[in-house]
Parts: sequence; structure tokens; C-alpha cells
Amino acid sequence: MINPQTFMVALPEILIALMGLLCLILAAACGPRVTRHIGILAIATFALAGFLLFCHFRMRFLLNGALPVYGFGTQFVDDSFARYVKAVILGASALSLLLSWSYFEKDGDHRPEYPVLIIFATLGMMLMASASNFISLYVGLELQSLPLYVLAAFRRDTLKSSEAGLKYFALGALSSGLLLYGVSLIYGFAGTTDFVSLAIGFRDHTLIHPGVVVGMVFVCAALAFKLSGVPFHMWAPDVYEGAPTPVTAFFASAPKLAALALFTRFLLEPMNGLASQWHQIVFFISVASMLWGAFAGLVQSNLKRLLAYSSIANVGYLLVGILVGGKAGVQVILIYFTIYALNTLGAFAVILCLRRNGKSTEEITDLSGLSKTNPVVALVMTVLMFSMAGVPPMAGFFGKYFVFLSAIDAGLVPLTIIGVLSSVVTAYYYLRIVKVMYFDEPIGVLDPLPDWGVKTVMAISSLSMIGITIMPSPLIDQTLKAARGFIG
Amino acid sequence: MTSFPILSAVTFVPLLGALLIALFVGKDNNKLAQNIALFISLVTFALSCWMLQQFDVAQTAFQLVERFVWIPTFNIAYIKGIDGISVWFVMISTLLTPICILSGIGGVHKRVKEFMIALLVLESMMIGVFTTLDFVLFYLFFEGILIPMFLIIGIWGGEKRTYAAYKFFLYTFLGSVLMLVAIFAMVIQVGTTDMTAMIGYKFPPQMAMWLFLAFFASFAVKTPMFPFHTWLPYAHVEAPTAGSVILAGVLLKMGGYGFIRIAIQMLPQASHTFAPLVIGLSLIGIIYTSLVALAQTDMKKLIAYSSVAHMGYVTLGIFSFNEQGFDGAMMVMLSHTFVAAALFLCVGVVYDRMHTREIARYGGMATNMPKYALVFMLFMLASVGLPGTSGFVGEFLAMQGAFLANSWYGLIAALGMVLGAAYMLWLYRRLFYGTLDKDDVRAMPDLNAREITMFAPLLILVLWIGIHPSTFRSIYAPTLEKALSDFQVQTGDQSQNAQFQGDTP
Repeated sequence: MINPQTFMVALPEILIALMGLLCLILAAACGPRVTRHIGILAIATFALAGFLLFCHFRMRFLLNGALPVYGFGTQFVDDSFARYVKAVILGASALSLLLSWSYFEKDGDHRPEYPVLIIFATLGMMLMASASNFISLYVGLELQSLPLYVLAAFRRDTLKSSEAGLKYFALGALSSGLLLYGVSLIYGFAGTTDFVSLAIGFRDHTLIHPGVVVGMVFVCAALAFKLSGVPFHMWAPDVYEGAPTPVTAFFASAPKLAALALFTRFLLEPMNGLASQWHQIVFFISVASMLWGAFAGLVQSNLKRLLAYSSIANVGYLLVGILVGGKAGVQVILIYFTIYALNTLGAFAVILCLRRNGKSTEEITDLSGLSKTNPVVALVMTVLMFSMAGVPPMAGFFGKYFVFLSAIDAGLVPLTIIGVLSSVVTAYYYLRIVKVMYFDEPIGVLDPLPDWGVKTVMAISSLSMIGITIMPSPLIDQTLKAARGFIG
Repeated sequence: MTSFPILSAVTFVPLLGALLIALFVGKDNNKLAQNIALFISLVTFALSCWMLQQFDVAQTAFQLVERFVWIPTFNIAYIKGIDGISVWFVMISTLLTPICILSGIGGVHKRVKEFMIALLVLESMMIGVFTTLDFVLFYLFFEGILIPMFLIIGIWGGEKRTYAAYKFFLYTFLGSVLMLVAIFAMVIQVGTTDMTAMIGYKFPPQMAMWLFLAFFASFAVKTPMFPFHTWLPYAHVEAPTAGSVILAGVLLKMGGYGFIRIAIQMLPQASHTFAPLVIGLSLIGIIYTSLVALAQTDMKKLIAYSSVAHMGYVTLGIFSFNEQGFDGAMMVMLSHTFVAAALFLCVGVVYDRMHTREIARYGGMATNMPKYALVFMLFMLASVGLPGTSGFVGEFLAMQGAFLANSWYGLIAALGMVLGAAYMLWLYRRLFYGTLDKDDVRAMPDLNAREITMFAPLLILVLWIGIHPSTFRSIYAPTLEKALSDFQVQTGDQSQNAQFQGDTP
């Protein structure tokens, strides 16, 4: 039997798991006619789970969230960091579901598995955010990954989508292997898979075997793969391009945050004692991602590929937060990611609007003259692109501002200088999109815009890019609260 | 002092106007968009005049300060305030915008609504830069300017507008991000983003050096100083007339303003150390760009290069570290605002009629466009520095400051003035004299009422500064003198105390 504490700690996850099963039965029983209903049910589930995360009676039970509370032994932890991450994941999953309807309805393949897979992937991500043991870490990671492989290949009739799915699966399996190997090494040399015991071991200097370091390196490589940090990024551009656009939007937001949260927790909690070791690794991945994401993005002509490189560059900036470490580092990661997720979801929503003659198009040149044919969409994209480039007054500037401010505070001056310079390079490709929309001549009228789902995402995304600038305090306070609960 | 937040009003009224046009003006209702934009910019100008009237000349501290906490967790506040230096920059921003809108009414025929929105957003950002005393907000406005300016050059510009827009954006962005890193370091050192707390703060000398270099990267691009000026000729040539006017009139002044506000007031010791570098680049810039200007065949490019030369006097004056130098830098900036703006408008007048900027395509215009010739001549002479015009006052003072610092500096700067006279007079000769043998030139009508309205305020100001500069000087002089004496106390540099106390030449 589940004891009541565990039940309370993992209440939102249990809800999602049960609803996922229910949706699965519905999908099997009723078939494609109920796809939209299941989608709405999934969004309602996410909303309810979000409510349960913060609802009063659960929080009272968790002693108002002042301390981390464990469930399932010490497998599962609920702290303010996990709660914040889960809230963003739920939001991003819900928004990417909103993006999917019109796409699949128009291009066929509107099958009810889609929302079900999203539900289970989200469940996996929430487990990742709360994992405090390598076993639960692995369960969460795989529960998230398997639906994602299927989603990448969701349009099984197209070659590109199948290729993306296969590629993602093959490389994902490789990274899972690396992860398991690393975990087994750590377990072999440390004798535990529990994060807390590991942290205590490092603190008391009882864990000094170099084998643990080797294991840690393997785990880092596996997680960097999930994050698509250079040099483990090769899958990202192909998968981003090949997967159906709503799936790509999902990939770029929620799973990334889950992997990032896991990476942050793994490095800053159990492995904090090895900081001097992983610092070099993360430093390299960070710098390489920033530079490669910036320079390789310059030559892309496909919008989704471009956004893949942009996400690689952004991973570089996010890892700066891990290098900063401590509560300040965690906070800037959360600030940056929240803004980035909103930003990137909006950009994919704009790509979903690019349909001509019943076909979706995704080349940069397809945006030509958009400011004349669809001024509102062009304006939204402009706001999003300037925000991505980190040009004030858009919110993206604040993401970069806080990341680099904390980096300078932590004495990471060369890293900061590389970071800001690479952001100038990325500005070139974001500007190119604005240029194509505003300076070039239109190449034809777009089909009527998709349904309200896409429009809602565009509105939320672009308005928040300006709204966060005007009123940044709620975001900053919430992330501060989240970071406070991290590590004691 | 009233409690009315006048500075916020001046800053955000144009933005509200832009929003108004964006939301309520129909797609093709150009006339309405133009009228609303003109009206809003005039309201802003009126507000700024009210601000000037409330400004207390005798005080050297920041005035009309507004302050409320914006991001408490990170100690970032919304702080506005002006002193004698910034008040003039606000005034030139609010004055030039209606003139640009007037010029846009004649010169911009596509996407009029969007053009007006971009200009008003730009105005908001410019005023924001000069009235903000919080570093984050300052950077926000400073960088935010790039967005409307990028669009103005890129959408309404000439043939090679895309290249020019990119070059403008990326160059400035590159300089600014280095400044951002310096801002981080300062914010962490001082523990607040309040710029007033940084004025007079003693940064560790080693750190101050790096900070200076980072700010220099940004302001040298913005000013622009040789050899960071290469974006400017492209941006000016390709931008529509209104864009060039704002660019020359206000955006370049941000470099000068930044040098005074940040380099001199916050990093005096480092400024002192790096002065030979800055002065050297200024002098090279003055001579080099004047020579380049001589060789131009495109009149807008010629005036663009002359802008670089004039801004060389500004940095020369500032880094001479004496009263005349400071005074001269401010005067050159004010004068250059009006003169360069007017000269670009003059180019715009004939460009709107002939759609070419080739000097060789014109000639003999004194015969058929006497009013235009007169206006152009006055501004041309002001640019050359004829006594009685604004150009003379500033350049004379700046040069005197340079002479006091080192007579070689003054000598080279004087040579620059000679070259300046050469390229401007030669330009005038080629445009207005000679025989009127081209039919399309002969067919051009003289200035119309809208154009005269555009030039009139600039002409009055140019002569006013030239004849009675004290009106302008009296407002900034106390603040500037205070800044200089603070600077001298901090650097221990008393050697160049002003021997010359005259207000007016």
C-alpha cells in the first residue's frame, strides 16, 4: 500500500498517471473522433495537476514547502524547485497541445494517441524533476523518452518524420546506455544510488574513489545528450526538422526543462562534492554550445533547423547558471528557461501559421513580406525574434541579463564575454527573419490562420515577452522562492 | 517642484501615441496617422518645454527625480532625473522628432502608418536614454533604439538598405553587449543599479581600466570615432531622410552623452589614463574623415563623413579635461544636432524631387531655387564654423580646450577646420553654382511651405546659438563645471585649470 505521505507528495503525478490511463482506454475505445476531446481532457488534467501542485491542503501537509519532503522512500522528492519546474512543464505541455490540433487536422494523422503520448511524456518529465535517486531518475527519463520517440515519428507516412523518430531513438538508446553504465559505476564505487547519501558521502570525504568521477562523466554525457548540448547535439537539428512542427515545439520546451532540471539537481545536489571535476565538463559544453549554436545557425535556411541551433545556443546560456551554482544559479536558470520556453513556443506557433495552398512551409524565405500580408503575425514574430536575440525591451533580454549578471558575480568573466559575443552572432540570424518579413517582397498570401489554439499560444507568448519587461517581479519572486528550496 | 511625473510623461507620451496609431488608425489612412503623429510629437515638445521651465539652473544635482522600485529582489529601480547636461539632449530629441515627421510626410509614401509608429517609438527610447538614472533601464532604452532604427533603415531605406541596417545593428549591438558586461561588473561592485550612486564611487583602478574600455567600445561605435565609424556612412546614406536626421541629430549624441555621464563622471581616473588614446583617435578621425569627405561624390555620404569629423571635436573637447573643452564639446553637440539635421533635410529636399544623391547630377541650383540656396548656404556656413553661427562657438571652444591641453592637439584640430571649410564650400559650389544646364534640375520647384516650416526652427536655433550662446550655456554650465571640478578633484589634475573665463567668444 502507498502510505499517505507518499500519496500526498506525488499527488499530481498520480493524477496524471490515472488520467493518462483513462485517456488511453478512451482512445482505444472511441478512435479518432475523440482526439480533440482527449486533448481537452489532457489540458484539463494538466491544469488540475498544476492546481494540486500548489493547493493549500497539500502544501499544509508539506509543511508549507519549507523543506524538501520525500516519498517512496527517498526516491521522490518534492521541493519548491521541483514544484516550479513542474508548473512550467505542465504549462508548456498544455500550450504544445494547443498547437497540435489544427496541424494534425489539416495534415491528417489526427489520431488520439497524440494527447495520450503527451500525457505520459509529461508524467515522465515530472518524475525527472522530482527524482532523487538514480533508479527514479532512470524511470522518469525513459518514461519521458519513449513517448517522445513515438511522437517524433508520429507522421509515419512521411519519410522525414520516420527518419527523425529512428534517429532520435537510436541516439537516445545510446545515451540511455551511457547513463546506465555511469550509474552502475557510481553505484559500484559509492554503494548507493541515493542522491542524499551521495551528497553526505562527499561532504564527509568518504567517497574519494576516482571511479565515481568516471561514472559522473558518463551520466553528464547522457544528460547533455538529452539537453542537446554540444558535442551531443547532432540529433537535434535533424529531429527538429523532421518531427511534426507541434512535436518540435514540445521538444524545444518541456523535455528540455525536465532534462535541465535533472542535470541541475544531479550536479548541484549529489555531485556538488565533485564540482571541481564537472566544472570543466559543463564549462566546455556551455562554451561549445553557445559558439556552435551561434555559428552553425548562420547558414540554416529551414526555420525549424534554425530554431534547433538557437536552442543549442540557449542550452549554452542555461548551463552558465549551473556553473554559477548555488541558489543564484538555480534562480537564473529558472528565469531564463521560463522566458525561453514561452519565446520558443510562440515562434513555433508562427511557423504553424505558414501554410500556403494547403501545405505547410517552413523555409525562412517563406516568411518573405509577411509584414504586408499578415502584419499581426509578422509583428508577433518580430517581438519573439528580438526577444530571442536578447534585445531589450523584450523579456529575452532579462533572461540573458540575469544569467550573465550572476556569472560575473561568480567571477566567470571570460565565459560571460564569450556568451555576450556569441549572442551578437545569434542576433544576425534572428535579424534575418525580421529582415525577410519586413524588407522583402511578399511571395504569396498565406492560407487563413489556424484555429484559436495557435492564436492563443501566439498571444500568450508575445504578450508575455513585453509583459515580463513591464512587470518582472512575479517571475523573479517565484523563481527566487523555487531556488530557496533547492539544496536545503 | 510638482508631483506630476513630467519626465515619465515626456518619455512615454510618444509611446502611447504610437500605440494609439497602431490600434486605431486604419491601414490606409495615411493622413490621419501623420496628423496624430505630428500632434503627439508636438505635445511631447510642449511637455519638454514645460520640463525646461521647471528646471532649476542653479542646482547641479539631478532634478525632477522620480523613483520607484521596479524589481525589488535585484534592487533595480525605476529612476528618472535630469541635470543640466541631459536636459538639452531631451530638448533636441523632442524638437527633432516633429521635424522628422514633417519630413516624413513629404518623403515617405509607403507604409506611412508604420513609419510614424517607428518614429514615435524611437522618440520614446531616445528620451528614455537621457532621462534615466538606473543602469538597467538606461541599457534597455539604449539598446531598444536599435529596433525601430533597424526597421526605419531597412524598410524605408535606399538601394543597399539591408546591408546598411545589418551593419548598423550588429556594430552597435556588439559595442553595447561589452558595455553590458561592464554594467554587470559595476552593479555587482556597487550593489545597486542606481547611476547616481556610481557617480563619485571609487572603483578599483585595475577594474576601472577594463570598465572604461568596455564603455569605450560602445560609445566609440555610437559617437562614432575613427576607426569604428564605418557603419555610419552606410546607415546615413541608406536611411530615409528622417532616419538620417535622427541618427545624426540624436543617436550620435548618445556617444558624447555617455562619455560625459559614464566615462568622466564615473571612471575619472581611467578616463584620464586613456585620454591620449581617445584624443589621438579623435584627431586622426577629424583629419581622416575630412579628407574622405573631400573625395565623396554622394552628398549624403559627404555630410555623413563631416558628422564623424564634428563628433571628433566633441571627444577631443571632452578628453581635454578643461572648462573650454567641456563647454566646446557640449556646444558642438548642440550645434551639430541642428546643422547636421538641417543638412540632411536639405539633401532630402532635392532627393524627394530628383531621387538621386549624386553631386554631379545637380548644379546651378542657385538660379532656380534661391530660397533653397540661401537655407543651404546658412547651414553650410554653420557647419564650416563661420562666426555668428552655432558651429563657430562650439568648435572654437573645443579647439581652445585642445590648445590648453597641448598646442599640437589644437594645431591639428585647426587643420581639420580648414579641411572642413574646403569640402563644404566645394560641395556648395558644385551644387549651386555653375550653369544650370540640366533640364530636370531646372524643373525643380523651390522650397514649399512644409519645408520652410521644417527649416525655420533649425535656422533660428543655429543663429541664436551663434549670436547669444549664453541662453544655452547658462543651463548646462553649472552642471558641467561641477562635473569638471569633481573630475579634477578625483584625478588630482589641477594643472589645466581654466585661464580663460569668458562665456562667449
